[in-house]
Amino acid sequence: MSKYWKLIYNGIVPGNPVFVLLLGMCATLGTTSSAMNGLMMGIATAAVLICSNAVISAIKNFVPDKVRIPAYIVVIASFVTALQLIINAYMPALNASLGIFIPLIVVNCILLGRAEAFAGKNPVVDSVCDGLGCGIGFTLALTILGSTREILGTGKIFGAEIFPEDYGMLIFVLAPGAFIALGYLIAIVNKLRKAN
Amino acid sequence: MLTYLSIIITAIFINNIVFSQFLGICPFLGVSKKTSSALGMGAAVTFVITLSTVVAWLLQYYVLEPLELGYLQTIVFILVIAFLVQMLEIVMKKIAPALYQSLGVFLPLITTNCAVLGVAILVIQKSFTLMESVTYGFATSIGFTLALWIFAGIREQLELTPVPRGMKGVPVALICAGILAMAFMGFSGIKIG
Repeated sequence: MSKYWKLIYNGIVPGNPVFVLLLGMCATLGTTSSAMNGLMMGIATAAVLICSNAVISAIKNFVPDKVRIPAYIVVIASFVTALQLIINAYMPALNASLGIFIPLIVVNCILLGRAEAFAGKNPVVDSVCDGLGCGIGFTLALTILGSTREILGTGKIFGAEIFPEDYGMLIFVLAPGAFIALGYLIAIVNKLRKAN
Repeated sequence: MLTYLSIIITAIFINNIVFSQFLGICPFLGVSKKTSSALGMGAAVTFVITLSTVVAWLLQYYVLEPLELGYLQTIVFILVIAFLVQMLEIVMKKIAPALYQSLGVFLPLITTNCAVLGVAILVIQKSFTLMESVTYGFATSIGFTLALWIFAGIREQLELTPVPRGMKGVPVALICAGILAMAFMGFSGIKIG
C-alpha cells in the first residue's frame, strides 16, 4: 500500500507537474482566470491522464517500440474526444468557459510525458496511481493559481466575495496577470523547496 | 483585401498567439534563450502551421463533414500534424540538408506545440474560408516568431542581470513575459475596417 501512496504523493509535491516540472503551461495560463475554471480544467486533465495511463500501460507489450509515440497520441486523443463529448452534452457552460483548451488537452505535455516516462514501463495499477498523483498535483496547482488571480483581480474566491471588486487589480484576470502570478508562485515554491 | 489585412494585424499584434491566447507557451519558454534558435524555431513552426491549417481545413470540409464524422476532429487533426512533421523532416533532409541541420532539433518538438493544433481548430471554429485560413495560419506564426524573438532578446540580457536568487530562471522570465503581454495589450484599441 505504501508504495502506491508514495507514487501518488510524488506527483503532488516533489514532482508537481506545474510548479516543479513546468509542464502543461498553456492550459495552466489559459484556463486559470478564476478558481473554478482552474479546478474544472485540472479535473478534466486528471481524468484523461488516469485513463490514458491505464490503457497505455496495459497495451505497452503489444505496441512496437517504433510506433509507440503515435500509438500513445491516438489513445490520448480518443479519451480527449470522449471527454469533449461528455462536457458538450452535460456541461455546456463549462465548455464555453474552457473553450479551445479542452481539445488541446491532447497536446498537454504532461500526458505524453507521463506516458513516455512512466506508463510505458510500469504495471497498470502503478500507472493509475502515477496518473492520479500527477492529476491531483496539476489540479491543485491550477486551483491555487486560479484562486490567486481571482482574489487579486476581483476580490472573490470561487465567486464568494472577500473584498469589494472596486479594489481588485483587473490586470490579474487578464493575460499579463497570468504570467506574473505564475512567476511569483514558482518563485515562492522554489524558496520553500530550498528551505526544506 | 481589408478582411485579409484585418486578419493579419489581429493575429500578429492584437490577439498575439502567445501573449493573449496562451498557445505555444512550452517552446516559448523552452527555446527562447538565444535569438538565433528562436528564429529557427519560428521558421519551422511557420512552415508546419501554414501547411497543417490547409490540410486540416480540406479534411474538415471535404472528408469529415460530408461523412458526418465531426467528432473525430481532434484525433484526425493531431494525426495529420504528426504526419506532416514527419514528412517535412524526411523531405527537408533530402532537399535542403543545410536548413534541416539548423532546424533539426526543433522539428520533432513541433507536433506537441499546442499552437499548431490550436490554429487548426480555431480556423474551423471561426468558419474561415480556405484563403482566410491560410492567411490566419501564416500571420499567427509570424506573431509567434515575433514573440519568441523579442523574448529571446530580453532573456539574453537577463543572463547578465543580477536577479534575486529565488527568482532566477523561469520565475523572472515569466514576469518579463507578463510585462511584454501588457505592452501587447496596448494594441487592443486598434480597429480595422
